[in-house]
Amino acid sequence: MFGKLTLSDIPYNDPIIMGAVVSASLAGLVIIALITYFKKWPYLWHEWLTSVDHKRIGVMYIVLALVMMLRGFADALMMRGQQAMAAGADHGYLTAHHYDQIFGSHGTIMIIFVAMPFVIGLMNLVIPHQIGARDVAFPVLNSVSFWLTVAGAGLIMISLGVGEFTNAGWFGIAPLFEKTYNPGVGVDYWMWAFQIAGVGSLLSGVNFLVTIVKMRAPGMTWMKLPLFTWTTVTTNVLMILSFPVITGALFLLTLDRYLGMHFFTNDMGGNMMMWNNLFWMWGHPEVYIVVLPSFGIFSEVVATFSRKKLFGYVSLVWATAAIMILSFTVWLHHFFTMGNTVNVNIFFGIATMLIAIPTGVKVYDWLFTMYRGRITFTTPMYWVLGFLTIFVIGGMTGVLMAIPPADFVVHNSLFLIAHFHNMLIPGALFGYFAGFAYWFPKVFGFKLDEKWGKRAFWGWSIGFLVAFMPLYVLGFMGMPRRMAHYDTMAWQPWLIAAAVGALIIGLGILAQGMQIFVSIRDRKKNVDLTGDSWGDGRTLEWMSSSPPPVYNFAVIPKVNELDEWWAMKENGTAYQRPAEYHDIHMPKNVARGPIIGGLVLAFGFAMVWYIWWLAIAAMIGIIATVIIGSSHDDEEYIIPAAEVKRIEDERFEQLAAALEEKKNN
Amino acid sequence: MNTNVSQNASVHTADAEHHDHGEIRTFGFWIYLMSDLVLFSVLFATYAVIGFNSAGGPTGKDLFDLPYLFVETMFLLVSSVAFGLTMIAMHNGKQKQVIIGLIITALLGLGFIGMEINEFVNMIHDGAGPDRSGFLSAFFTLVGTHGAHVTFGIIWIATMIGQIAKSGITEGISSRMMRLSLFWHFLDIVWIGVFSFVYLMHVI
Repeated sequence: MFGKLTLSDIPYNDPIIMGAVVSASLAGLVIIALITYFKKWPYLWHEWLTSVDHKRIGVMYIVLALVMMLRGFADALMMRGQQAMAAGADHGYLTAHHYDQIFGSHGTIMIIFVAMPFVIGLMNLVIPHQIGARDVAFPVLNSVSFWLTVAGAGLIMISLGVGEFTNAGWFGIAPLFEKTYNPGVGVDYWMWAFQIAGVGSLLSGVNFLVTIVKMRAPGMTWMKLPLFTWTTVTTNVLMILSFPVITGALFLLTLDRYLGMHFFTNDMGGNMMMWNNLFWMWGHPEVYIVVLPSFGIFSEVVATFSRKKLFGYVSLVWATAAIMILSFTVWLHHFFTMGNTVNVNIFFGIATMLIAIPTGVKVYDWLFTMYRGRITFTTPMYWVLGFLTIFVIGGMTGVLMAIPPADFVVHNSLFLIAHFHNMLIPGALFGYFAGFAYWFPKVFGFKLDEKWGKRAFWGWSIGFLVAFMPLYVLGFMGMPRRMAHYDTMAWQPWLIAAAVGALIIGLGILAQGMQIFVSIRDRKKNVDLTGDSWGDGRTLEWMSSSPPPVYNFAVIPKVNELDEWWAMKENGTAYQRPAEYHDIHMPKNVARGPIIGGLVLAFGFAMVWYIWWLAIAAMIGIIATVIIGSSHDDEEYIIPAAEVKRIEDERFEQLAAALEEKKNN
Repeated sequence: MNTNVSQNASVHTADAEHHDHGEIRTFGFWIYLMSDLVLFSVLFATYAVIGFNSAGGPTGKDLFDLPYLFVETMFLLVSSVAFGLTMIAMHNGKQKQVIIGLIITALLGLGFIGMEINEFVNMIHDGAGPDRSGFLSAFFTLVGTHGAHVTFGIIWIATMIGQIAKSGITEGISSRMMRLSLFWHFLDIVWIGVFSFVYLMHVI
């Protein structure tokens, strides 16, 4: 009935795990109780969970990312705490087996359930707006993608309290993750959570590429795309071409573990190194999938707050495209030590170094955009400046490791850990935070508190340097990654410093929580009535009201310029009422997303625990839902022209008052 | 910056507002097919890497029966012809012919799947199952994934037969038929790859 699952799979006797499970469940229960008490379930279901509105799906993605970031950060604190303590005679507070699960879940969560949902959430919030569209190409599919990601995240959360998580790292260590060496459910949890969320991401990639290719406003030719849209195009191409590789690789591992096949085994004709190749053929493009949209955000933010046209737009577009292509030619640098021939290593080493060129072009473009600009130092701008400063260090250590002989020295040491955190925290996360602060007023109609935003920035930046610079040193001192205990006492001071750094980052995260709280409390003070939240918006998303109406644009704009909204403000065509309105077709909300998400979660759980009847039932349910859903052609509703006029009249009234006040100030 | 909220300027037209849903969906489906092709290329690459690792067990030369496979292949190729004729009938608005065409396509597809399952069962029975060696793992996975796609295609065909019988050839249905036809022909192309790369190369 319950497959392999028995009551003894719940780790009652481990106080640390149980503490986490109890606090997470309590938080969940409080939220559920509050929703029930305020009778908000129908509202939540009809307005949010079943919503196909890209803006709402975007918000839900980012909420998911932020929640999962707390979990991933808790993992980070636990690892830093363990390594600060576990030297010599002291064995720390975690068992080796528990520690091994934590580094796997930290990596999996941060990449798959923080970076991906954050980036896809920002795409959802911004892309249709930036290209002058009312929605994405496939609104229902968008909802399904989101719920697949939630299902994957749910599976990881369940693994905390029921069973265990993988001890084979976030990228899978072959053949350690094979059934022979890992008969438990940990690897299965990791595999299914990863697989499910990966399919969701792949579908998002298809959705957004089609949206941008097919649904741009008239006149928006390719070289008039805002840079965030351009970076999204490249990211989507990478997703479409690389995610099937990880889907395939995880599928092969599934067959190894469930049907005893021999793909990544070290006997019977399997090939362990094939896993590394397949994984990083996805894994390296994945780095650019999460980083490139950030580069787009930096470009938007820099131009807006320097009050200048982006310097070298064309070079930025080409640099982005070059990175997109090069990102497929470097995967082997993750395992120079595998035993390839010298020439193979040289090829991948040079390809890796080449990526520094377009990236350098970008850095100079951003610097020159600021040069002689009238810079306003807002929170988003702080994140950009912090990124530029810190990211360059990570870039240089990356070029160092691109040299195969040098890589042999630091391979799988903490130097590598320092390097990739030095790329991803400023390169990806700072960008998302910048985008979060930058577009928040557009989505909610009020700005985030600047004071707490800047405090968060300092917490993250200082904390980052204190936490990760010691790891470079430790790498040179020869400390390998993933150690639950060590005997070299000379490492300990540096690891204590790193733990302090993690705590400072924790202060930054607390400041972010405070920022959200304070901003909601003072929302009247920071309200944005014009829709052009920062006053210097350049692209189409600043044209509509904040928050925007469900249809984004009452009339689809015609685009003539790269920075169309800026140009409209310059030549006096901004804020003009159209002569007439038309009926607007919008997609209806559907329950298919949450239903499929729930069934997939059940399927994943059933597969992890070998509950075959449930797996079969869930699979049939999924197929039936898709078939039934596919026969509905009538999935749109009409907002009549009169209703559009009413909403727009209200908006223009508010706008006229706001602009009048602005003039008087 | 002009801050005058004026009443009249109408620089916009309404024609831009309606996107062609059918075209967008077809394009999206093309993109999906390309990503599916990447999935197949992973399986082909895997077969290329470990396809000769028979671990002392049977090799392709021992197992593959080309005349049998020729018949199996013909089932799939003829089914594609049948689907092509079905699409012509659909463009001519002949509902009954469309349903008959779909049934023939599905039956031919079932013939292909039946022969494939028979081949698999015989191999497993002879001790050449997917857990025997890296070669057989890669073989069963690549051929089986293609077979699973064909099976889903048959379920899709059955769904379309139901929808056409119920609502006739509506705009939505003909757009779905268009995508199904892309899918079905795509599977043909992949099979050509499987036949040459998996079977022929190992027998020759």
